[in-house]
Amino acid sequence: MADEKISTPLLDELEKGPWPSFVREIKSAAQTSPMARDLLGQLELSYEEKVGHWKHGGIVGVRGYGGGVIGRYSDVPEKFPNVAHFHTLRVNQPAGWFYTSQALRTLCDIWERHGSGLTNMHGSTGDIIFLGTKTDELEPTFSELTQAGFDLGGSGSDMRTPSACVGPARCEWACYDTLKLCYDITMEYQDELHRPAFPYKFKIKCAGCPNDCVASIARADLSIIGIWKDDIQQDDEAVAEYVANGLDIQADVVERCPTRCMQWDGKKLTINNRDCVRCMHCINVMPKALRPGKERGAVLLLGAKAPIIQGAILSSVLIPFVPEEELFDTVKELLSRVWEFWDEYGMNRERVGELIQRVGMANFLDAIGLDPVPEMVSHPRDNPYVFYKVDEEQSEQ
Amino acid sequence: MATEATKRLTDIGPPHYEKFLPPIIKRNYGKWLYHERLAPGVMCHVAESGEKLYTVRAGSPRLLSVHTIRKIADLADKYCNGYVRFTSRNNIEFLLEDPSKIEDLKKDLQALGFPVGGTNNAISNVVHTQGWVHCHSAATDASGLVKSVMDALYERFTHEDLPAKLRLAVACCLNMCGAVHCSDIAILGVHRRPPRILHDLLPKVCEIPTVVASCPTGAIRARTVDGKQTVEVIEQQCMYCGNCYTVCPAMPLNNPQTDGVSIWVGGKVSNARSKPRFSKLAIPYLPNNPPRWPEVVEAVVKIVDVYAKHARKYERMGEWIDRIGWPRFFELTGIPFTRYHIDDFKHAGLTYNRSTHLKF
Repeated sequence: MADEKISTPLLDELEKGPWPSFVREIKSAAQTSPMARDLLGQLELSYEEKVGHWKHGGIVGVRGYGGGVIGRYSDVPEKFPNVAHFHTLRVNQPAGWFYTSQALRTLCDIWERHGSGLTNMHGSTGDIIFLGTKTDELEPTFSELTQAGFDLGGSGSDMRTPSACVGPARCEWACYDTLKLCYDITMEYQDELHRPAFPYKFKIKCAGCPNDCVASIARADLSIIGIWKDDIQQDDEAVAEYVANGLDIQADVVERCPTRCMQWDGKKLTINNRDCVRCMHCINVMPKALRPGKERGAVLLLGAKAPIIQGAILSSVLIPFVPEEELFDTVKELLSRVWEFWDEYGMNRERVGELIQRVGMANFLDAIGLDPVPEMVSHPRDNPYVFYKVDEEQSEQ
Repeated sequence: MATEATKRLTDIGPPHYEKFLPPIIKRNYGKWLYHERLAPGVMCHVAESGEKLYTVRAGSPRLLSVHTIRKIADLADKYCNGYVRFTSRNNIEFLLEDPSKIEDLKKDLQALGFPVGGTNNAISNVVHTQGWVHCHSAATDASGLVKSVMDALYERFTHEDLPAKLRLAVACCLNMCGAVHCSDIAILGVHRRPPRILHDLLPKVCEIPTVVASCPTGAIRARTVDGKQTVEVIEQQCMYCGNCYTVCPAMPLNNPQTDGVSIWVGGKVSNARSKPRFSKLAIPYLPNNPPRWPEVVEAVVKIVDVYAKHARKYERMGEWIDRIGWPRFFELTGIPFTRYHIDDFKHAGLTYNRSTHLKF
């Protein structure tokens, strides 16, 4: 352990200024952790040389799991021996990221005993990230975590840790119980989460309404987004109150409606709900006056991913509406069919969205046994290169 | 500590969320009626029962030491009966029943260095990746960029004075562990040179068919070099995605001279008004200039300022650009339009202007 104080003139610059400083955090951990001290030194070197100093991962983990640990090794271990190994553990967060102070302290105590004392609250997929420890500490950390009621999340070619927005815990717009569905899915698929057996990663995110606070449509292979089927609930007195308090309802609500489905006659707001696309804008502006309808559930969309490998994709509609009470069973049924097809036909490191583009949505729908519906497309095809199936009529001719 | 007698537990899953919900939330779960904004970073949710829950939102650096988390736990004890939550954008939310405690909590947060804000028409906290702190394929650091940019945009976090919400994200390479591809402003680390091939190492640590198959443009071919089975890269076909490096450690593409940062604008994930959409390229390259990346900070602040000045109320960055058009965006921001802005990957033609819709 390097006892001398590490000089970090470049990183010190990032302690200045009003935004909370990650350098201050690393220095705080470095007071008690030699690993954090060497991380600081290696990071300063990266800032000097403008290049990272982490080697490509290796396969490390806890016994019986294939995911949940990201192997990381320094390429300058002779300079910074305490981060020679610096593996990350992904710890499955409680749905909605709610904690008690006691649970946070338990996590801190475990991580202070076994690792760098540095965390991410939270990682991009949603896990609690324990940032950096040695190979020998992985199993003891895991043991203490499970004794405390926590478990690891996903990594590699497995189902990644599902995440959920705050949902009905604190949001009037939640069209289904995001926390419950997230928890139920996580518990149902513990094996898929911990033991990578897919062609590549598979992410699931539960968003309670089309505002999509967990970015599911951009980031989840399966995006479960709350929506309602019936009319927007409308409180005319509350509408009048917003107007009386200065809201320019014509400019800020009526004219911002993407389908122009509402009118304001100076006294009353009239919504043509048949034309509403449930975008949430009017509800966002007047939460006290307008609310999602009462017939609630979710739309299931499939396929989102970041650019690697064949380019970024947003999820697209697969099932336009599933009532809340049928949601968990429908998701399970859908996942079993999608995963079966993807297992069979997906290439190594091919996300399900890329597979659909490669084989064609229509073939994919045939394979998973879903009928095509117009809600799946923004418009029908505009090219005539149709792969007609040879049906009985054609064979007779 | 686990004793020898303790059974090894696996596949127990995360703790049930109900254990961590404050009593007021349990009482009103699924029965919230509406919410009001009280001040930047402060919201009040009203339940059908009439009960009110006050939320105070504070920005964090995401990278937190256990010592700081314990301080957060102390604040949760002091003000919220020990309950606290985090948001999908690395904010910390304190949930209070007693509004008279809000100002004291804000003072305590201020003393700890955590800004209160990030709600409504403010810049919320930045979603970002690991960068040089923990990643092997990073073309830049993420935490340092976030810190530098948010120091400059601090007032945009603590005030709700933008036309609409503004979502910033940073990813340190094209893997995009953060959802930068659908952000109002995305800062993306880029490599700009093909991978180096370590021919001595490659046969020992990489499967050649996997490496060949990993390339989205088919730029990698098997080749024998000095009797070793290895690969070659057709450099004209390489667009520096790093996918080969992900499957093969013997093909590093980090380069301190040529790595840097690109800026993307106009994406969104919300369905409000317009559909979710990807961010589009604004600036193809800015140099890596740690510790404070002044070129990046200047560019981002400029884009935010121009947007704040010209966009109409409720127009997100992309919706504003829809209205004014891309030529005007480049004119107003002073950003040069270059050959790099024109797509040349799959379906590139869909991005050409196939109309006479032009503004002069």
